Amino acid sequence: MKKEIIIAGFGGQGVLSMGKILAYAGLMQGKEVTWMPAYGPEQRGGTANVTVILSDDPIASPLLQKYDIVVVLNQPSMDKFESRVKPGGILIFDPNGMTREPERKDINVYRIPATDTAAALGQAKTFNMFVLGGLLKVDPVVELDKVMLGLKKSLPERHHKLLPANEAAMLKGGEIIEKL
Amino acid sequence: MEEIKLMKGNEAFAHAAVRSGCDGYFGYPITPQSEVMETLQELKPWEETGMVVLQAESEVSAINMVYAGAACGKKVMTSSSSPGVSLKQEGISYIAAAELPCLILNVMRGGPGLGTIQPSQADYFQSVKGGGHGDYHMIVLAPSTVQEMADFVDLGYELAFKYRNPVLMLSDGVIGQMMEKVVLPPYKPRRSMEEVIAQCPWATTGKVGRDHNIITSLALESEVMEATNIRLQAKYREIEENEVRFEEYMLDDADYVFVAFGSSARICKQAVEYARAEGIKVGVLRPITLFPFPTKKIQELATRVKGFMSIEMSAGQMVEDVRLAVNGSKPVGFYGRQGGIIPSAEEALEALKTQIIK
Amino acid sequence: MTKQDIIKPENLVYGKTKVLTDNIMHYCPGCSHGVIHKLIAEVIEEMGIQEKTIGIAPVGCSVFAYNYFDIDMQEAAHGRAPALATAVKRLMPDKVVFTYQGDGDLAAIGTAETIHACNRGENIVIFFVNNGIYGMTGGQMAPTTLEGMKTATCPYGRNTDMYGFPLRISDLLKEIDGTCYVTRQSVHKTASIVRAKKAIRKAFQNSIDGKGTSVVEFVSHCNTNWKMTPVQSNAWMEEHMFAKYPLGDLKDTPKKRFDEINHL
Repeated sequence: MKKEIIIAGFGGQGVLSMGKILAYAGLMQGKEVTWMPAYGPEQRGGTANVTVILSDDPIASPLLQKYDIVVVLNQPSMDKFESRVKPGGILIFDPNGMTREPERKDINVYRIPATDTAAALGQAKTFNMFVLGGLLKVDPVVELDKVMLGLKKSLPERHHKLLPANEAAMLKGGEIIEKL
Repeated sequence: MEEIKLMKGNEAFAHAAVRSGCDGYFGYPITPQSEVMETLQELKPWEETGMVVLQAESEVSAINMVYAGAACGKKVMTSSSSPGVSLKQEGISYIAAAELPCLILNVMRGGPGLGTIQPSQADYFQSVKGGGHGDYHMIVLAPSTVQEMADFVDLGYELAFKYRNPVLMLSDGVIGQMMEKVVLPPYKPRRSMEEVIAQCPWATTGKVGRDHNIITSLALESEVMEATNIRLQAKYREIEENEVRFEEYMLDDADYVFVAFGSSARICKQAVEYARAEGIKVGVLRPITLFPFPTKKIQELATRVKGFMSIEMSAGQMVEDVRLAVNGSKPVGFYGRQGGIIPSAEEALEALKTQIIK
Repeated sequence: MTKQDIIKPENLVYGKTKVLTDNIMHYCPGCSHGVIHKLIAEVIEEMGIQEKTIGIAPVGCSVFAYNYFDIDMQEAAHGRAPALATAVKRLMPDKVVFTYQGDGDLAAIGTAETIHACNRGENIVIFFVNNGIYGMTGGQMAPTTLEGMKTATCPYGRNTDMYGFPLRISDLLKEIDGTCYVTRQSVHKTASIVRAKKAIRKAFQNSIDGKGTSVVEFVSHCNTNWKMTPVQSNAWMEEHMFAKYPLGDLKDTPKKRFDEINHL
């Protein structure tokens, strides 16, 4: 098994930490993992993306041209990465702020209104966990309990009281994602 | 059971430093390697092992602190990224000339000039050919995984003290910023002062029961300076004889060889997967030591393969050493991206096809 | 009385300190480096710290200081001596560490290292020999060269419009919170030698007591590059150098420890 995933959006959307949780969860499940951010000064407001690879075998390149799963959380990211989903692969997008829907017909496209749902529930800060829950619903690349372990690992201890809210967000994310 | 961690290359380096029994780290912040000092500060090794961690006023000052610490026989290190490492070159020349053991990490970013903070491998020449003034070499180790960012700390110190020579770990923004699984090395205690004196009788540890020790790189008489140079060169030849390290990846039946180090080697392994799926027999030779360079291994490969392809994040630097080794007997191609752009496995394979296989 | 009678130990009135080697100094006749070396070496012997003192030599006339002090020494790159001393002291806190630097080394190329070592309050001693000129390279303009003073690189005299002003670096260093003792001395007369030696001892004691950085400036001359006799140089130094660089203590206050400061 090898899953090549990229998550892209604005800085501040929790793109990197979502990738980190996935990577930690993969680690807990005994996978080889790489987590490679497009690092830069744009920590807030600019674009951010992270490539996460989960594999049973040692991982060669941590950077790729094509991905099994692409998660895009803003229009520039959709414009950049829609073409880089492998045929038959998965594209997940949040329609919030998007000016168009994905155009490709040879891939599986999923819509997740995570921004709106999170806002409606007053859970804007756990936005990225809605998205992660959606991702795991359509392709359970890692087990949910491993994700919770990964989340625990990647959150500083002083934030551990937020774990239940994150888990709830993830479960909700699985409910609100829909295939186009 | 050994504990598996998930961390960035820069973080793994810092953890390994503390565990190696390092006595002192002296650095200055620069992207993409600032996590090294940040991690060390979080670890507070001065409370556990007594290791000194000091943020200097400049890279220049930091490398000179390393010079002084090494002159005391201590296990010291610094880390920086390309523009900062350029600033350190004077100090590195002095360290090499005074034959002091130390560890320097360069997490390369794109240049020249202030350049970009994105990954690059364009400091190859600076690292293996000199960089500072005069005839000298560092031993240059090129990690390609987060695990090697940790493992090469111990290896680096072993070589540095064995040869009384500075060791450079030549990494890049990919390896520094990427998180991977890593098993951290076990803790080694810092050496006691008695152990330091026994291991480094030449060091400035205080004139007790012996003549005074002097650490200097100055020799105004040309005959003395030439003799020093001849001795240094003999040491470098010995290093070339004994310390070449490389990884062979699917070379046994290979018709073509990617030569690549660091993160480029990772990309080449991916390219091998794509190539073999098309029935093209390619392997990777990954130099682990860039100085000494695996010249003999390349010469041996040249007798049985059809061609070489050097893949780098530069305008073509290591390819010159590949060509020197192959010495015209087989075609040698080059493909690289610059300015912080990382060549893709697809591009590497395409370059092999168009330049070498044809 | 025979020669043997005269050289009996009980007749000894003066002996060279064992902390100086028997190497012949390369300094020019009349130069004050020899006197300053001797004073530092004597204090090291008198304080019983020869085995634990580490010296840092600069680039400049005193680059070969390591040949004359019989202690462990390191030779620094130009200007970097305070960085070296910082690392030595941090890595071996029980050692007594000093730098020996000239004006070009300390106040031009090494200004950053000087200021920041002082600002960190490193428990080291900085000996600073200020003769207003680059001696070793043949008498070029230094940051401390006086207004109108002629050197190889300002042959018509230092024009402050073009080259700026003589830098009173010790006055700058006394303003830094990490320094505990900043003093300006000379060694051109017996009385001044006695005072200078006291200052050296105090500086070493400060280092041992962890009070902060001590800076001892020696206002000196360079008869060779000033193109005067040693006697003329001393007179010129008294008249002109002391006017710009007045002698005496500039600061004598231990640095504050972190727990003595109202911090965040």
